[in-house]
Amino acid sequence: MEHIQIETDLKSSLESIFTEKSPTLFSKDTPYVAGVRKQAFDKFAQLGFPTARQERWRGTDLSKSLAPDYEFIMEAPGENVDIEKIFQCEVPHFETFLVAQLNGWYVYRNSPLTVLPSGVVIGSLAKAFEQYPDLIKQHYGKYTEQSAEGLIALNTAFAQDGIFIYVPDNVTVPDVIQMVNIVDFDRNLMLQARNLVIVGKNSHLRLVQCDDSINHKVTFINSVSEVFLDKDSSLDHYKLQNKDEHSTLINSLYFYQESGSSLSSNAISLNGGIIRNNTTVKLAGEHSSANIYGVYLMDRNQHIDNQVFIDHMVPNCQSSEMFKGILDDHASGVFNGHVMVRKDAQHTNAYQSNKNILLTDKATVDTKPFLEIYADDVKCSHGATVGQLDGDAMFYIRSRGISEANAQILLMYAFAAEVVNKISIPELRQRIDDMVKKRLRGELSYCDQCVLHCSTQEKKVSFEIDVTKI
Amino acid sequence: MLSIKNLSASINGKEILKGVNLEVKAGEVHAIMGPNGTGKSTLAYVIAGRQGYEVTSGEIIFNGRNLLELSTEERACEGIFLGFQYPVEIPGVSITNFLRTAMNEQRKYHGLDPIPAKEFLSKMEEKKKMLELQDKLTNRSVNEGFSGGEKKKNEIFQMAMLEPMLAILDETDSGLDIDALRIVATGVNKLRRPDNATVVITHYQRLLDYIVPDVVHVLFDGRIVKSGGKEMALELEEKGYEWIKSQL
Amino acid sequence: MEKEQNNILEEVTQGDYKYGFYTDIEMDTAPMGLSEDTVRFISAKKNEPEWLLEFRLKAYRHWLTLTEPNWAHLHHAPINYQDIIFYAAPKRKKELTSLDEVDPDLLDTFNKLGISLEEQKRLSGVAVDAVIDSVSVKTTFTETLSKYGIIFCSFSEAVQNHPDLVRQYLATVVPATDNFFAALNSAVFSDGSFCYIPKGVRCPIELSTYFRINAANTGQFERTLIVADEGAYVSYMEGCTAPMRDENQLHAAIVEIIAMKDAEVKYSTVQNWYPGDKNGLGGVYNFVTKRGMCKGSHSKISWTQVETGSAITWKYPSVVLMGDYSVGEFYSVAVTNNFQQADTGTKMMHLGKNTRSTIISKGISAGQSNNSYRGLVKIIKRAENSRNYSQCDSLLLGDKCGAHTFPYIKAENHSSIIEHEATTSKISDDQLFYCNQRGISTESAIGLIVNGYAKEVLQHLPMEFAVEAQKLLAISLEGSVG
Repeated sequence: MEHIQIETDLKSSLESIFTEKSPTLFSKDTPYVAGVRKQAFDKFAQLGFPTARQERWRGTDLSKSLAPDYEFIMEAPGENVDIEKIFQCEVPHFETFLVAQLNGWYVYRNSPLTVLPSGVVIGSLAKAFEQYPDLIKQHYGKYTEQSAEGLIALNTAFAQDGIFIYVPDNVTVPDVIQMVNIVDFDRNLMLQARNLVIVGKNSHLRLVQCDDSINHKVTFINSVSEVFLDKDSSLDHYKLQNKDEHSTLINSLYFYQESGSSLSSNAISLNGGIIRNNTTVKLAGEHSSANIYGVYLMDRNQHIDNQVFIDHMVPNCQSSEMFKGILDDHASGVFNGHVMVRKDAQHTNAYQSNKNILLTDKATVDTKPFLEIYADDVKCSHGATVGQLDGDAMFYIRSRGISEANAQILLMYAFAAEVVNKISIPELRQRIDDMVKKRLRGELSYCDQCVLHCSTQEKKVSFEIDVTKI
Repeated sequence: MLSIKNLSASINGKEILKGVNLEVKAGEVHAIMGPNGTGKSTLAYVIAGRQGYEVTSGEIIFNGRNLLELSTEERACEGIFLGFQYPVEIPGVSITNFLRTAMNEQRKYHGLDPIPAKEFLSKMEEKKKMLELQDKLTNRSVNEGFSGGEKKKNEIFQMAMLEPMLAILDETDSGLDIDALRIVATGVNKLRRPDNATVVITHYQRLLDYIVPDVVHVLFDGRIVKSGGKEMALELEEKGYEWIKSQL
Repeated sequence: MEKEQNNILEEVTQGDYKYGFYTDIEMDTAPMGLSEDTVRFISAKKNEPEWLLEFRLKAYRHWLTLTEPNWAHLHHAPINYQDIIFYAAPKRKKELTSLDEVDPDLLDTFNKLGISLEEQKRLSGVAVDAVIDSVSVKTTFTETLSKYGIIFCSFSEAVQNHPDLVRQYLATVVPATDNFFAALNSAVFSDGSFCYIPKGVRCPIELSTYFRINAANTGQFERTLIVADEGAYVSYMEGCTAPMRDENQLHAAIVEIIAMKDAEVKYSTVQNWYPGDKNGLGGVYNFVTKRGMCKGSHSKISWTQVETGSAITWKYPSVVLMGDYSVGEFYSVAVTNNFQQADTGTKMMHLGKNTRSTIISKGISAGQSNNSYRGLVKIIKRAENSRNYSQCDSLLLGDKCGAHTFPYIKAENHSSIIEHEATTSKISDDQLFYCNQRGISTESAIGLIVNGYAKEVLQHLPMEFAVEAQKLLAISLEGSVG
């Protein structure tokens, strides 16, 4: 059992790093954060890294990802990183308020924390620890499950920086906030990114999270985001994942929703070595709603794992999940959806769907749509399918003179479009639509710049045929 | 047969019926008309005993019995039949099975033995023929996957089988094409006897071309504000409900 | 009025168990507890050949290395295996040659259960193997069947009279090492039924086993082995009941089915072990491993189960679809009431090309019970052009129960199609009002609606069973005791 040995090695080296670097790690912490950190470290020492023997990790084997020697960056980079030089977002007409992380550290532009006239605060989490101790104490570490997941405990023990966003009550943030996570390092890197987003009562935020690599050494990103949605607020959230094949990306998102809040989260995974999206939604206030969507297009040896847990804690909430994926070559996909309707959470409306297309006999999919229901007056349904492109539709398109290869692309596009069409920011939808097309044509392996950088010449495939009508 | 006096009823604390008076005698056909939201369906539900409706005053006497003291199924066994505006689906339960259960429970209520299978089947054949129903319909689950027209025909078919004393038909004409309307109306007319009665609730005069009422009532804002002969329905059609409002 | 309806719902969901009587019969029992000696005792009682004793001992030693599985959505106090009697048999004075020699108390027991062991009185023509506690007391129609070359007898008799057949097939579908309860059963199984249908024979009558736990503190560990040779067909039914007792009784059975080329086996169960009382006291712990192997091409195995009894049900009748074009089916209705817990479902393992499987599961939860569907559909790379369709519905009666669905779907080739659907519903107020308005009482309406809901499964039961199952469904949920 060689890999266990290696895991233990990485674990013990992390433990000694923690002890050695304690002064650095704890340097900016308030007593509250220090307490959370210490507790998380003990928990990590107890839990370690997840193994395939754990029910929630049966489909994703991290042993290879944990095998290499990794380095850790324990100090913030210099204050004068010119982010524009390494990164440019080239989506036309896509005006965003851009915040960037380089190798896990917040990149300063003008100041570590920007305060907009509306009272919105955007910037470095490390700085927010110092400047907003009350908000941190109220929210930081409150929505995760570090007691059950080793990786969450690890992140909480080592997290030093990340993005902090605070939207006060009654503010509609006009700009889309784009969070870019860039890795630019010439050796193997492991990083623990941490974000905290607080949306006040009756406030509205749109957030795009992009994961990019620039240099292509082995990276292991263990990212944790906590999002609090106060009464009657809304969040439109997008994750764009276009990583290289050497990277492992564990993206854990914890949403906590108060009454009347609404969430829409959309994960678009186009490339990556191993991607795991853990999405946990706690519907804690009545009349809140969550729509969790995802589309994944994987090929070669790529692995995608979407874990969604929706917890209906109170009555009168609605949730819907729709995940669609196409797996080519040796790619493998995992979906584990779990809807829990607690006792007394009457009038719950929950819908869950996972649809997969396998293009080869080497691609695999493993799907588990779970329902756990303790209330009787509820409407819950789920569905899962695994199959291939519809033969009748293929024939129909080809009978109109379209080549088999193009017909296949058209149908795959139509399959993915159901999720892509849920994107409510028009410029972003347009761009992702283009990217999906490129991805299906095999032109987009991974971008050397932003995930939205699309400089390749487009081949001529007409997508104008409305295949949904077939 | 049916005597409603000063009936007021509310749902979720909102008063819908505000003192309804209605007398229906054996052998009569009554039509209740009125604009949307005036309490026509509520009146039907309160007579049938649907839960959620609170009777705040008044009484409903049916053949000498106080209906308000009886449960829904006891009222049905006493001979009240409600033809639903939106009949509910009951998956997996065939109409045959459903009707036999209903008929036997009603017979039990009256101290009778269950209907012999043969008698039941021949009665079903007879009524199907009368209503020009397709043979297969009765093997299907109650209302499951039925078109609007099929659902309404099924209601009339059940009425024919159960032979109630008083049938209340709630918007039976809505969603019907002209052929279905004719079949439904013919059914109702054929089932008319000197010892039973029918209350037709409708929005439009159209149905009354086929089912000719003895009395027409206008229900408005929870009260019966006007009653008259069959010619009143035509007058209403011509002048609209605004005419009623202007008279109040 | 709402309160009244809740009362009715409560009433109808608190039916009584009518098979809870106990028959006082003189018993021959093993000492309480489990050890190698117990295993040797059982084997010696049955006069078994050496190889079978070895099989048992090996299973026992393996069992010692295992721990009880804990992944199911079930909760119970730990089972003390030293507090159980592993062998109990009605004392018999000599070998039975005719029905007249069966203990009249036993005959009476089965008559009370509605199982007639008197062949001439059977109208439906069902051959019965009646198993009480640890042993088979009587198998009917043996002679009629032997004309067709069909072997249908108790497991013990099969070991004596057809040792080669038993040895050839025993544990080929469920190995002794398969799981904790399978290992336990392999060590201490006492009796059960054996059935062999030769090549090309269609068994002309329904075969059935009736299981009855009678003695106190006794576990029942029976084993059924059905082999359908090439082109053979058999429909097999299983029924079970137990007396009402305050302590929990353990039942850990194994059923193995082998279907060779073009063979078809239809296995139907109406499981009505004592479910415990209204407060969750007593009841049978039912940990059963049932698996069929579609060994030859174009073979078919179909499981239909109506599960209304047991305090705990842990049961996943599965099909290994090895032969190309083989078919596996699973139709299930599981009712849980009061404090019952059920974690049941199936596994469909598609190994052969062009294999098909269908899963229809209907769960009904009432009282404070928990009812889970757990299923696995796996299509391996080699199993090209395979199909699965699964539908898992839950019906909840009342707001104190739970209904859960845990499907696992694994696909490894691109020419296969898997579809899974699940819904959760309750009986709507509109449906009840509609029935009430036609004169149907709420109690009858619930019975009617529940049977309608389960219809897709019930229609797969043999006629003899379907009527009984429908009544049982209503009784499990109604106050009326038949």
